[in-house]
Amino acid sequence: MATYQKALTALADPTRRSIFERLAAGPRPVVELARGLPVSRPAVSQHLRVLKGAGLVVDRQAGARRLYQLNPDGLGALRAYLDRFWDQALAAFKAAAEAEEAEAEQAESEQGEGT
Amino acid sequence: MTVTDRAVHKRVTVEASMDKAFRVFTEGIDRWWSREHHIGKADLERAVLEPREGGRWYEIGVDGTECEWGRVLHWEPPSRLVLAWQIDGSWTFDPTLVTEVEVRFVAETPSRTRVELEHRDLERFGDAQEPVRAAFDSPGGWQGLLDGFARATAA
Repeated sequence: MATYQKALTALADPTRRSIFERLAAGPRPVVELARGLPVSRPAVSQHLRVLKGAGLVVDRQAGARRLYQLNPDGLGALRAYLDRFWDQALAAFKAAAEAEEAEAEQAESEQGEGT
Repeated sequence: MTVTDRAVHKRVTVEASMDKAFRVFTEGIDRWWSREHHIGKADLERAVLEPREGGRWYEIGVDGTECEWGRVLHWEPPSRLVLAWQIDGSWTFDPTLVTEVEVRFVAETPSRTRVELEHRDLERFGDAQEPVRAAFDSPGGWQGLLDGFARATAA
């Protein structure tokens, strides 16, 4: 449980989510991850440490470089992913259900005015 | 550490009757399902949930291709629905995989409904896959799930 909580907390930060998604495309070194992000390289390293601590990311030495990648036994990552997925899906569902309810009410009141 | 700890739990309260909430969630799935969330190669044309036990829930791509997501395991309108989510770690339909999504609708007032969702059996995904990577890798796949990230990186 602690790990999942950590994963969710880690992904609550937009920059970390961005890094997480970049890693989804494959292993990357820090310098490449930092490219195009509005934060410094040390900041990216700091975010990577948090992602690593949450079990979402692992690193390995590849020659002179250190490569970061998504944790391949990614149940924690998958769960975090689904957690966010359902958050978003239910928010959209709520909006749709309430819109339909409002339409029905409006139709009802218009009908009431007509009679 | 129990199996339950691995489930995803969500709760949302909607200003709508139980009946309406259930109907929008099921027959109206296409009204709220995000266009970004599809497993087929083509863009999503429509999301469909067949309103009966044993029914399928699936997507139809703009090219007409159907991609199945799973089955309706329990159909108890307007209070309970259990779906089989049969999309595996590489984000393709796998008939041998069954994770369950249970949705309960509870009337708080006649016009307000609490919707509780549990996505369980996640351990059945196994731990040898690279689910998230595969998800983001597939072009037009499940991108954008993480709050508009796809947009940010495409820029």
